[in-house]
Amino acid sequence: MDYATLLQLLDSTLRLATPLLLACLAGLFSERSGIFDIGLEGKMLAAAMSSGAVAFLTGSVWLGLLAGIGASLIFAAIHGIASITFRGNQLISGVALNFLASGITVLIAQALFGQGGRTPPLEGAARFNPITLPFAESLQGVPLLGPLYFEVISGHSLLVYVALAMVPLSWWVLNRTRFGLRLRAVGENPAAVDTAGVSVVGLRFAAVAITGVLCGLAGAYMATALQAGFGREMTAGRGYIALAALIFAKWRPVAALWACLLFGFFQALALRPDVVQAVVQVKVPVPFLDALPYLLTVIVLAGFIGKAIPPRAGGEPYVKER
Amino acid sequence: MDRLPRWADVVLVPLVSLILAGAISALVLLSIGQSPVEAFNVMVEGALGSAYGWGYTLYYTTSFIFTGLAVTVAFHAGLFNIGGEGQAQLGALGVALVCLSLDWPHWTLALAAATMGAAIFGAAWAAVPAYLQAKRGSHIVITTIMFNYIAAALLVYLLVDVLRPDGQMDPASARFPAGAALPTFSEIPGIRQLYAVMGPDGVQRINSRGEPMYTGVPANVTLFLALAMAVVVWAILWQTRLGYQIRAFGKSEAAARYAGINPVFIIMVAMLLSGALAGMMSVNNVMGEAGRLLQNSSEGAGFIGIAVALMGRNHPLGVVLAALLFGFLYQGGAELGLILQIPPEMRIVVQGLVILFTGALDMMVRMLLTRIFGLFRSQKLGAA
Repeated sequence: MDYATLLQLLDSTLRLATPLLLACLAGLFSERSGIFDIGLEGKMLAAAMSSGAVAFLTGSVWLGLLAGIGASLIFAAIHGIASITFRGNQLISGVALNFLASGITVLIAQALFGQGGRTPPLEGAARFNPITLPFAESLQGVPLLGPLYFEVISGHSLLVYVALAMVPLSWWVLNRTRFGLRLRAVGENPAAVDTAGVSVVGLRFAAVAITGVLCGLAGAYMATALQAGFGREMTAGRGYIALAALIFAKWRPVAALWACLLFGFFQALALRPDVVQAVVQVKVPVPFLDALPYLLTVIVLAGFIGKAIPPRAGGEPYVKER
Repeated sequence: MDRLPRWADVVLVPLVSLILAGAISALVLLSIGQSPVEAFNVMVEGALGSAYGWGYTLYYTTSFIFTGLAVTVAFHAGLFNIGGEGQAQLGALGVALVCLSLDWPHWTLALAAATMGAAIFGAAWAAVPAYLQAKRGSHIVITTIMFNYIAAALLVYLLVDVLRPDGQMDPASARFPAGAALPTFSEIPGIRQLYAVMGPDGVQRINSRGEPMYTGVPANVTLFLALAMAVVVWAILWQTRLGYQIRAFGKSEAAARYAGINPVFIIMVAMLLSGALAGMMSVNNVMGEAGRLLQNSSEGAGFIGIAVALMGRNHPLGVVLAALLFGFLYQGGAELGLILQIPPEMRIVVQGLVILFTGALDMMVRMLLTRIFGLFRSQKLGAA
């Protein structure tokens, strides 16, 4: 494998890691507050459909983005009502919302556009287009680093950089603000937070809302940047892979970045059977490469994570009075 | 908070959940410009209005009984098995390998062997996530979902590169030998009279070989196997020591551990049973209907098991009834696609809503009912 191929691989790694990263950080806020969220997948899907549809109808990717976040927030609100207000089973609620999203996105897209449950292809201002970072072209001549900067770091859409910026921001919010301290506390010991006179319900709803916004970004990125429009089941299990990355990262933002880049790399490999073949010197069946990200997720969950300790109150509804 | 009477808990809570899910589904239909009343009539007519419709409804019901039982067994051990879809696909592989292995002399032998094959393959696919949960604490929900994707990829590979006969274009296995075909409802004496094809003169039509003609439907003898498995699951869970251990473990892991119940053993056994049941579903669709192994043979039935188990309150009798309901929904949903051009994804929406209301918003329904019952009670006290 030569340097140019490696750069191409890393370039797609970053593009494919972005939705994972946004979804992973989304899950991080929810789970740190004690609410499990299997429904990242569904929220991304709902956001992808809404953003694709609105971006096509209005011709503005920004309105599409807003619609995507809105759709994701609606799903987040239902999850919040089911698991916080009515203390329902959080896993079941997430699974239910995933099915709901999977069906309703196709129904609405079909009713709106009649193209077999997809949105029409987006172009121009209806998409997030690549941004060339400053000096990318002039520095291209610098050996090694120049092409790296030009090929891998520059030339992505805005949301890729937003996702990367979310990593330090999430770290700062969680570890350096009063809200973050309380959020972490409510995931470990809600009774203590309650005793201190802070609303457990309020904090958890805030966390679920942040999850909604981030999943909205992830879904909008899928439909308006990574691809040009929504297609049925386009998230293809990314919400679940993001959850695996979250466990791999032990619920920490910076580690989440590395975990998502790793899974993004697996997905990039699956897209380049020729490269894999050249490296391992054996003919690899394409379905095996398709299964690779899922397979590696299982291996990661099984062995290399060491002891991952989830937030202590995770998945348990908080009952104020006994 | 007041308690609900037991009959209300068992009957009313699922019923109200179902009505709520139905109401939201109606709103969804309205929002895509369809009439819910017309849609419901089409569904009832298409699924229950004729022996032909029943022949499809019961075919779907059979699959859903298996997958519903699979989820139920795991639920009782406190495990959420979302991998029914992958386990069913592997079960389908087991069925296909058994059916293709020799020229079966009679369908009863083939059925027994294929059921074993399906159960073993399904259980094997559940074994890895179960082991990882029991020994390494890997979250079973995520691992079983991953195994669904891996199963799909594995079957694509096997059907394209291994099982596909030379010269065939579509990715599918060879056809099974005639001896491995299960009798459908159009072939079982007694039942088949319902499917007699009548001429305009009211006399049954005769085909070119001089035999009386019957309309073909996919419902087959596997239905009786499914019903038998419901009884077996009930017996295991409520009449054996193992079942007691599974339920105790599901209620409180700490208490079960303290009572000397081995958690690794229970997790493994419950998941193996669950995987075997999910795998056995494929006897119905692969052997009973398709007659060869196709891609995505289970068509989402593994996921419907979740809704069926929740709706059936994790009891085999409830599962059978809920499976019938979903059989109606599936056959009716197919008719919706044919007659009203509503995409079949409508079925997934209803499925999601049923899971949401019966599984996650259970407490909301219960609180609502408790309040209504409280109202009646205070009125009675006022009168006295």
